[in-house]
Amino acid sequence: MRNVLAIAWRDIRSVFVSPIAYVVLTGFVLLGGWFFFNMLGQFNRTLAMYSGIQGYDTTWMNLNDAVVSPLLHNLSIVLLIVVPMTTMRSFAEERSNTTYELLFTSPVRVTEIVLGKFLAGVTLVTMMIGMTLIFPGILWVYGNPEMGLIVSGYLGLYLLAIAYVSVGNFTSALTSNQIIAAMSSLVILLLLLVISWPAESAGPTVKAVLVHLSAVDHFNTMARGVIDTRDLVYFATFTATFLFLTHRAVESARWK
Amino acid sequence: MIEVKSLTKAYGSFAAVKDISFTVATGQACGFLGPNGAGKTTTMRVITGYMPATSGTVAVDDFDVFEQSFEVRRRIGYLPETPPLYLEMRVDKYLSHVAKLKGVARSALAGARERVIEACGLDEVATRLCGHLSKGYRQRVGLAQALIHDPAVLVLDEPTVGLDPAQIIEIRELIRGLATERTVVLSTHILPEVAEICQKVVIINTGRIVLESDIESLTAAGSLEDEYLKAVSGEQPSRSVDAHTTVPVRSTDA
Repeated sequence: MRNVLAIAWRDIRSVFVSPIAYVVLTGFVLLGGWFFFNMLGQFNRTLAMYSGIQGYDTTWMNLNDAVVSPLLHNLSIVLLIVVPMTTMRSFAEERSNTTYELLFTSPVRVTEIVLGKFLAGVTLVTMMIGMTLIFPGILWVYGNPEMGLIVSGYLGLYLLAIAYVSVGNFTSALTSNQIIAAMSSLVILLLLLVISWPAESAGPTVKAVLVHLSAVDHFNTMARGVIDTRDLVYFATFTATFLFLTHRAVESARWK
Repeated sequence: MIEVKSLTKAYGSFAAVKDISFTVATGQACGFLGPNGAGKTTTMRVITGYMPATSGTVAVDDFDVFEQSFEVRRRIGYLPETPPLYLEMRVDKYLSHVAKLKGVARSALAGARERVIEACGLDEVATRLCGHLSKGYRQRVGLAQALIHDPAVLVLDEPTVGLDPAQIIEIRELIRGLATERTVVLSTHILPEVAEICQKVVIINTGRIVLESDIESLTAAGSLEDEYLKAVSGEQPSRSVDAHTTVPVRSTDA
């Protein structure tokens, strides 16, 4: 555990002593703020417009459907692009430096290295998502959104981001080139996003498999306010699988 | 003590090291010589457990580097060809980080750090970023990280490269001091360095050992330069060294 924390702590520090963390956090919150501002504005205009119509029932309109849910979906797409950029360094940089030799000649297990790198990645996405909590906070202060839905949606987004980190770590462990690492994890994540597209025209079994594999479908369920154990199990197995693959990738690289 | 037995290491179909064997006794400093690409770095990487051997075994203080890798790693300090620095870290923080990885107890950590900072002459740069250091200081930080857990065995890949003459003398003194109770293997291209620091020399060429001898009997026969050139050009040493020494001479030709 001490080794895991030492490795994670070093990685986190290295991100914060360079401009990386500040650029990533600012950019993420800036984009989130832009989405939030515009969706809220749109909601206000629509609400004002419909309220002007006498006898029109506006109770179907709510903050959750109009603001929170689309905000989370947009953030999930931004994360899809940003997480590979933050995780691409994790193994690739150490491999292109000689620090890989330091790690692998120290009494540290591969599992500890993988978990340390993963923990550092998770810490950064925790900060990124944590900072966007200001948006539901504003809604909570000035409106009355349904908190349960926000909690479940945010949990979904967080689990999704953690899963992204595990993929980013995996591709980074395969190469010493950071751009190859980032591009490969972007491709894997995008494919997983759209893997359910052929589901409509497929047979029932294939359809069920494709829909189950698609990360975004599980996130959708949670963004709608449903915390289903199936989705939790999906994210847990997804992350565990990629952590295992990372472990194998790191181990096998030493034998070449 | 380091025991290398019929070690072969191949990268794909290319064998970088072919069936080499040698031993370095405790308290002995062994100079590892050879032209570029001879297999010195590869051999050192196998000894330190960084990469597994294709065949053959390596034992450090009677622990097998593959089977009991952690026992070996705790006992070895390794300075790779390029010092393994995190350029965005401060020297003192970097050394603390390495100490944690090497398993130095929390209570002993500050002491260990101060000890190597002093030993390697890093007081002035302790709070500077590794990335801002000159080549010579980076080399010293690299040596400091290899010493931080007070290892019984030191493997140094060209430890004096990039240092100025005064620093070279200091670092040689330091290594010679360390070698009194430790086992040291160091590779270098500077032949007088071997004569100064080491009691034993192993010359490797195209992946094979061409000469293994103790330094006294070797220099008694002629200059180290001549012996080296003979060994790497494939000629036999000028005479059998066996008669003068307890160390068996192996001159498997290249």
